Amino acid sequence: MDPECSKLLPALCAVLADPRQLVADDTCLEKLLDWFKTVMETESSLHLLQDHPCLMELLSHVLKTQDVSPRVLSFVLRLVGIFAAQEDCFQYLQQGELLLGLFGETGALSWTAWNMPSVRSGWIQGLCSLAHHPSALHFLADSGAVDTIFALQGDPSLFVASAASQLLVHILALAMQGGASGSPISEAAAWPICAQKIVNHVEESLHSKATPQVTQALNVLTTTFGRCHSPWTGVLWGRLSPPVACLFERDPIPAVHSLMDLLLSVASPQELRTQAFGVLLQPLACILKATTQAPGPPGLLDGTAGSSLTVDALLSSKSACVGLLCQTLAHLEELQMLPQCPCPWPQVPLLGATVTILRLCDGSVDPSSSMGGRLCGTLGGCVRVQRAALDFLGTLSQGTSPLELVLEVFAVLLKTLESPESSPTVLKKAFQATLRWLQNSHKTPNCSDLSPDALLFLGELFPILQKRLCSPCWEVRDSALEFLTHLIRHWGGQADFREALHSSEVPTLARQLLQDPESYVRASAVGTAGQLSSRGLQATSASPENPLAQQGLLMDLMHILSTDSEGFPRRAVLRVFTEWLRDGHADVIRDTEWFVATVLQAVSRDLDWEVRMQGLELAQVFLIQAMGQPSLHCPYTVGLPEATSPRPHPEFLQTLCRLPLFEFAFCALLDCDRPVAQKACDLLLFLRDKTTHCSGPQEAGDSPNSASVEAVLQRWREGEQGQPLGDLEPEAMLAILRSLDLEGLQGKLAKSSDHVEKSPQSLLQDMLATVGILEENEADCY
Amino acid sequence: MKLYCLSGHPTLPCNVLKFKSTTIMLDCGLDMTSTLNFLPLPLVQSPRLSNLPGWSLKDGNAFLDKELKECSGHVFVDSVPEFCLPETELIDLSTVDVILISNYHCMMALPYITEHTGFTGTVYATEPTMQIGRLLMEELVNFIERVPKAQSASLWKNKDIQRLLPSPLKDAVEVSTWRRCYTMQEVNSALSKIQLVGYSQKIELFGAVQVTPLSSGYALGSSNWIIQSHYEKVSYVSGSSLLTTHPQPMDQASLKNSDVLVLTGLTQIPTANPDGMVGEFCSNLALTVRNGGNVLVPCYPSGVIYDLLECLYQYIDSAGLSNIPFYFISPVANSSLEFSQIFAEWLCHNKQSKVYLPEPPFPHAELIQTNKLKHYPSIHGDFSNDFRQPCVVFTGHPSLRFGDVVHFMELWGKSSLNTVIFTEPDFSYLEALAPYQPLAMKCIYCPIDTRLNFIQVSKLLKEVQPLHVVCPEQYTQPPPAQSHRMDLMIDCQPPAMSYRRAEVLALPFKRRYEKIEIMPELADSLVPMEIKPGISLATVSAVLHTKDNKHVLQPPPRPTQPPSSKKRKRVSEDVPDCKVLKPLLSGSIPVEQFVQTLEKHGFSDIKVEDTAKGHIVLLQEAETLIQIEEDSTHIICDNDETLRVRLRDLVLRFLQKF
Repeated sequence: MDPECSKLLPALCAVLADPRQLVADDTCLEKLLDWFKTVMETESSLHLLQDHPCLMELLSHVLKTQDVSPRVLSFVLRLVGIFAAQEDCFQYLQQGELLLGLFGETGALSWTAWNMPSVRSGWIQGLCSLAHHPSALHFLADSGAVDTIFALQGDPSLFVASAASQLLVHILALAMQGGASGSPISEAAAWPICAQKIVNHVEESLHSKATPQVTQALNVLTTTFGRCHSPWTGVLWGRLSPPVACLFERDPIPAVHSLMDLLLSVASPQELRTQAFGVLLQPLACILKATTQAPGPPGLLDGTAGSSLTVDALLSSKSACVGLLCQTLAHLEELQMLPQCPCPWPQVPLLGATVTILRLCDGSVDPSSSMGGRLCGTLGGCVRVQRAALDFLGTLSQGTSPLELVLEVFAVLLKTLESPESSPTVLKKAFQATLRWLQNSHKTPNCSDLSPDALLFLGELFPILQKRLCSPCWEVRDSALEFLTHLIRHWGGQADFREALHSSEVPTLARQLLQDPESYVRASAVGTAGQLSSRGLQATSASPENPLAQQGLLMDLMHILSTDSEGFPRRAVLRVFTEWLRDGHADVIRDTEWFVATVLQAVSRDLDWEVRMQGLELAQVFLIQAMGQPSLHCPYTVGLPEATSPRPHPEFLQTLCRLPLFEFAFCALLDCDRPVAQKACDLLLFLRDKTTHCSGPQEAGDSPNSASVEAVLQRWREGEQGQPLGDLEPEAMLAILRSLDLEGLQGKLAKSSDHVEKSPQSLLQDMLATVGILEENEADCY
Repeated sequence: MKLYCLSGHPTLPCNVLKFKSTTIMLDCGLDMTSTLNFLPLPLVQSPRLSNLPGWSLKDGNAFLDKELKECSGHVFVDSVPEFCLPETELIDLSTVDVILISNYHCMMALPYITEHTGFTGTVYATEPTMQIGRLLMEELVNFIERVPKAQSASLWKNKDIQRLLPSPLKDAVEVSTWRRCYTMQEVNSALSKIQLVGYSQKIELFGAVQVTPLSSGYALGSSNWIIQSHYEKVSYVSGSSLLTTHPQPMDQASLKNSDVLVLTGLTQIPTANPDGMVGEFCSNLALTVRNGGNVLVPCYPSGVIYDLLECLYQYIDSAGLSNIPFYFISPVANSSLEFSQIFAEWLCHNKQSKVYLPEPPFPHAELIQTNKLKHYPSIHGDFSNDFRQPCVVFTGHPSLRFGDVVHFMELWGKSSLNTVIFTEPDFSYLEALAPYQPLAMKCIYCPIDTRLNFIQVSKLLKEVQPLHVVCPEQYTQPPPAQSHRMDLMIDCQPPAMSYRRAEVLALPFKRRYEKIEIMPELADSLVPMEIKPGISLATVSAVLHTKDNKHVLQPPPRPTQPPSSKKRKRVSEDVPDCKVLKPLLSGSIPVEQFVQTLEKHGFSDIKVEDTAKGHIVLLQEAETLIQIEEDSTHIICDNDETLRVRLRDLVLRFLQKF
């Protein structure tokens, strides 16, 4: 600990022990704990305690009187835990009976402040820090703390309950690993007492009739298996898998979704996984059964439709039904991406069920049963289920599906996109799902063309897209534009797609949205227009109402860049411009120098740092195109000849001065926003790298020209940035470039901007300063 | 208590409630869907309409070809449009005491009732209801009268002939009662019978019942009504909305504790959400105009149009429509736009507060100021000079059978660039369009109906908990087109009683109490006796006086005594001239103690039997039994009066007398 902090510590401890002093901001206490933790990483906590008696005083004061705020109590419990993480310090505290006094049955548990969740949480976290050595295990077993932790699993505060669960897992892992000298102990009797206690508790809970208990046990196991897969976890699963399997024999199956989580996290036998999967599919099976007259399509769902309890859950109330379906769909979505994903994956029935759910939501299903009728009423217009189903539908596009089902998917997507009832969030999801299905449906193996069905679908989609582009709701206009941009990016080169797009009003409407009153929409419209133009798909007919369409898009975008009051559209313009420059867009290569100059001029005045950063990106693309890729600063490439990158032509350096790219980069180097300065630094390093071999006077100071530049730069640093650098020769620029300590600057910029304010000393001072005010007030009273 | 159902239309109700001694008509809606069977009335000579072929029977008989014309496979009556009136035969309408109007859409049949049935009562309505109702009637009369039609077809109405006609004419009901539109004179006379009321105002009807209008949130001045006596309460809910639009919010709390709740005027489009529809309206409008087309919005001159204009006000600039003219054409357009601004007290809070700023509550004022919205009484005159395309036109009538809308349908129907957007839910848009087929114009159906949907109704019923619900039969089953949607019907316990046109319902509750006042001097003379803690009783002898449905207990009249001796007079004062009453008894007889008392008084061989209603005490020796029940005690003995009196006195020991 640095001496400055040591000096401040006694005062701080006194403040903390004083019940009249309110620590207003508990983030201070968190920071303080973080600091102690870092100190303890390098120093002995025992020495720290011995060197700073004020700390022990604080602890024993709290122990004696508990006359401090719950915040401080919680802090102290956690602090002691951190100290006791080192075994020698643990013993030292143990001798003073401090540990038992704080964590034992007569400790925190008996305090009135125990009612506060923060204190219970502090108690758990303290134990969690402390449990790092065998002595701690004995302490936990003897002090009765483990039983308290069991009780806290059901704590009304979810944070406390979850932390208790985590702590059990932590203790279990410590106990099981601690003794293990390699091979796992298969004899339960030989396990440490703590481990036995915990495992017995979990086992009992699994047999419990109460669902919360079962859920707690399953959560402990899921976390345990999720954390590590050492030999002992195998032994543990060997012991606990029978009671877990028994859960499937119960009706209803308790805590289905926790059970699912567990089975996903553990390498359980195939049979058990299949059983679990069947349970997961039940709600969807019910949906299919309720809505199809004919016996449903064959698949995994056949055997599972029977559980009357799932039906009850589906029908009991709207919230139960919605909750169950959303959870199921989310789980299945997650499952499909995992290696444990059941094989064979029942793609067809799942897709059928998902489409049916969406049709229940939009009211277009004609249910065959009374249950179907009720489902129709419950799910009609339910945004949550629609969103979950659309997400899952998107995931299902990965699999192979029969054509008739794909057509059903397209139909339901069209219905959702078209329906006036669809909320903006549902539309966004529907757009995303549509894109995935277009990408994945019916892929012909050797080409990325759209299938005839997809083309038919697009024919119906474009009129809907037109309507959505005119929506009064900006979110809808925005997601429609985003969707359109993606479409063009994927299929903009395909003749059929181009024809379909051209025969619609979509490009014209999209272009009109460049003037949208909502900045997000303008930004998306910029992206779309840029993409359309890159693909040569821009709106052809110019209507008299829309003079913009008659001018070039380039000028429109330049106009937005220099006049738009919001940052998003301007950033979007720069992204488009950068892309155009990179791809050699016709409008850009016609006069690249003018283009770059105009953009940099606009950007250099921009107030938005991201725009300035994008400007540097554009400058970099320009430089790379002219000078080649940056050489890698990698130790292994040192020996390679650098002749591969062409030496820049002197005329090009002239151009850079004229643009003025140098001026822009130097200015950015002093930018008050760190990322901009960093980017500028990188850019200049690249430039310096590329120009090392350029001819010119090596001695920078010699040129009078460069001296004046230096002078201007100096003034810039002092905050007078209005002054231009003036006309400069490349030589002067290169000289300046070499004279700057760019590496040093890069290092400085890499540090976070608040590294000074984050020092522990300033933290302690801040805490004391807030308290000082109170002392003054106190003096006033006399 | 009876309910006479004169209209089968769930949103255009007309019911008569007989309650206590009053006869109250609840709304008098006019079903205008009958006009869909008629050819449109063009403002300007339409060669297309006048050259439609006459219709002839299958056998070629063409005797109806003057009355019926054929257009795209549909047959229409070529005559002045006629309306389907509420039943007039079910009950003698001259006996109706009052008519309560809930909103301006539900009063369109008023002139037919007040002017042609011998009605002599009063009509109650709020001021906006009356004023906007007048505008709607004025517009209707104007639309029809300005295009005089010589012909009035009646042959087709003959029952034998009607049977031969194609659908839907064949199935049209009660055609013999269909009537032509009323005149302005009749409208004025009908409206003169209206007495204006304010929300929550209590109106006494003959002292028998009290009626109160409550805000219903649906339209300017729209109300639900409470009809109550001292012990009974009937709520009449018609056209209510829980959405935040321009009117004052709905008052739900006052509907609580009703014995009967009559529920009408729910949304006609239960599956559509008005917000989505407004979005749809705006999107399609913008899409059409951006492509250079015109938009036609057939609408009423008041109501949803205010909300649409408000939405457009916010949307016009963002959609780049600032240069597009919006026209509102109606004989009452000006009044409607201005009226809406002056009914501040009837508006939602948000709009009310604008009045104090001071700002017009509706933004259409600004649209008019900035020339974005222009209004005209008809297409003739100024409009033709200002008319510029592409544009958006709001005009009536939503049935597309009369009004300026007919002209625009003829004008724009041939181009697929144009769009007609239906926002009023009262008419089937396909039927409305039938005489204009074939049509190239795009048609968008986005009905905006802000009235209660079934989810809201179910919440409302849970909240206000009426004992019984009465509603049109349409609400007790899912809509025919969505027979599986069990959620699209009223679901309550006990199940709602349903009615249909021309039905009389006996409402399921009996009146059990009546409030009676006691005159102070009579009350003074009462001597209450506490029979158990908190409950005192007193006997009263008085004269019940009933007048104007108010009941009063007055002291009995003093007998007119012939003048005689003082002594006699005093006696007569002490003993009023009415029947001497036996004292009343109260209390219950504890059987065990009673048996003990009997034993104390020498009765032996006593047996007690429990019966369903009480006990029987058997005195076997005396061959006597005492039957003790909750409200009676009988001593049955064989002609032994002494024994009976003895036993009676023993029974009386346990009872209180007063």
